[in-house]
Amino acid sequence: MTGGTWQHAPGFYAGDRPQVVTSRFQYEDSYTLERYLATDGYKGLRSALARPASEIHDEVRNATVLGRGGAGFPAGNKWGLMPQGVWPRYLVVNGDESEPGTYKDRLLMERDPHQLIEGCLIASYAAGLSQCFLYIRGEMALAQERIATALNEAYAAGYIGKNILGSKFSLDIVLHWGAGAYVVGEETALIESLEGNRGMPRLKPPYFPAANGLYGQPTIVNNVETLANLPWLLNNGAAAYTAIGTATSPGTRMVAVSGHVNRPGVFEIINGITTFRDLLYGDEFCQGIRNGNDLKAFVPGGGSAPWFTPDQLDLPFEASQVGPAGSMLGSGAIMVMDSTTDIPRAALTLTRFYAHESCGKCTPCREGGTWLERILSRVVDGKGTDADLDQIFEVGESICPGAFPHASNEKLGIAAVPFPYRMNTICFVGPSAYAPVHSALTLFRSEFDARIVKRTMIKVTAVSE
Amino acid sequence: MARLTEENVRLAREIIGRYPKARSATIPLLHLAQEQDGYVTNEAMSHIGELVGASSAEVFGTASFYEMFKFEPVGKYLINICGTMSCALMGAEELMHHAEERLGIKMGSTTADGKFTLERAECQAACTEAPCLQVNYRYRYRVTPDQLDTLIDDLSAGTLSSEIPAHGVVASVRQHIPADRGVGAVAPELVTENPVWLDGKAAL
Repeated sequence: MTGGTWQHAPGFYAGDRPQVVTSRFQYEDSYTLERYLATDGYKGLRSALARPASEIHDEVRNATVLGRGGAGFPAGNKWGLMPQGVWPRYLVVNGDESEPGTYKDRLLMERDPHQLIEGCLIASYAAGLSQCFLYIRGEMALAQERIATALNEAYAAGYIGKNILGSKFSLDIVLHWGAGAYVVGEETALIESLEGNRGMPRLKPPYFPAANGLYGQPTIVNNVETLANLPWLLNNGAAAYTAIGTATSPGTRMVAVSGHVNRPGVFEIINGITTFRDLLYGDEFCQGIRNGNDLKAFVPGGGSAPWFTPDQLDLPFEASQVGPAGSMLGSGAIMVMDSTTDIPRAALTLTRFYAHESCGKCTPCREGGTWLERILSRVVDGKGTDADLDQIFEVGESICPGAFPHASNEKLGIAAVPFPYRMNTICFVGPSAYAPVHSALTLFRSEFDARIVKRTMIKVTAVSE
Repeated sequence: MARLTEENVRLAREIIGRYPKARSATIPLLHLAQEQDGYVTNEAMSHIGELVGASSAEVFGTASFYEMFKFEPVGKYLINICGTMSCALMGAEELMHHAEERLGIKMGSTTADGKFTLERAECQAACTEAPCLQVNYRYRYRVTPDQLDTLIDDLSAGTLSSEIPAHGVVASVRQHIPADRGVGAVAPELVTENPVWLDGKAAL
């Protein structure tokens, strides 16, 4: 029942692994209420409502459901950070998936919108949230249509709204459309945007969403995949959830592997134990590098993450090991570069992305990102000088002071600088513009040197009579 | 080209009613305006300001931040070709050059007949299906130059119009909260007590 891929879920391969969030992808009509109800749909909600809210919160806390958006903070603990006795509290669902390399939340929204809705209901019940806003990236027309349809169905059937399933639990879920801005994936920017403003991140403190979020009220911002885990968790219990994966990274994780592999794809992997080598070379995953080429480098956790080389292939998908190795797991996105890759040009595609997406609030990011893009473009076009390469580090230093994380490399004889970094900006967009070019320059300096215009001093001799 | 139509004002009021504060409806209403006229007009922004309690400058301030809102007419079909890393690794540059040659325009411009606008886009969350593009935010995956030609032919011939609506229409399905089922949005300052289900007992 689990093997194969389906035309209706492009890029997804089930394999023979536990499926917590993708179990319905096999059905072509997985997004309908009918199919959802026929496959244990809204059972988790029903069992949740039969218990006190605090018990459900404990269940989620005990399962250590890690946030799947990038930071990896446990959802149960996040909910617990809201101050006592301050009402109302809101839930904002982060469906603004746009980190380069990331493709999972869109699948979850398009293929199983009811699962996400049930997750929102369970979270709102457990944490005492009065209203839920589903913020969906504007460019995802199909996801919006599927979620709008699912919401309409669920309202009509009594799963959302007043006195849900005849209980005293009531909740409205509002579908909100974004309009195209990467930075809005940052939780405080998401809240700004939801209030009708330009999506610029807010300074933390004081704007920690759990205490001071939407309309200044306690607000939980959770990623789509995080919430999609909750129906299964309620149906099967925290013990079954933690039985998958490792103690520090329980459950499964959605991972997208793209670039120069034989079979790019989205996989639900067992958290914490699956290694990068499994993912890139395993038969049930990407089946090796295209054309039998060698692997040159890979980005392990979305465009913002410092790069790895073949030296790091045996690391598992586990934050506590990837961090000290100099990078992060981020949003579960791996981008693979084979031996034919033009490294400076590849770095430019990412740096350009972050420079383009800077909201302009913090000077080091607004100016620094643009500078990095311009300098790197010059180098890629064969017009750069040695001074340009030095300047890249100088600009980077102004965004992220001190040592910037990078991977170890045996051939180059360099040791890893662990993640995270210090930063002079409010959010991660600025540092993310620097990460790819820093990794590329640190690990593949010779490719940059080869492109540099060497300026030699010309001896000028005075012409005398 | 103007203010929101009567029908859209009715929709706008329904959307505003879902939020504890009217200003939150700004972006959804901008989409509504863009759907009506194909782009966001100054008159529509003033009108939205009246509806949500903001000045037209504030509405423009918000609108101009977001990539999807256009302030002058664009082609009926907006073709966004992704150029971020995964797509770039898989041949996005070649695809862009091909599109430019085929349509005889540069990235960021519109054909003389007003049919096509080409844009270089950033990551579209389809990285395993690279190179990818969107036409009015409907996806095409693993696109080859030949497939791009066929797509442009089909769009020109109008054979895809049921799948791909004209620019401005984002979702063809809208959320409607039935009056008898909805809880209703309440301004945050009017909520002083904890939700009733947080009484230590089961809700059912």
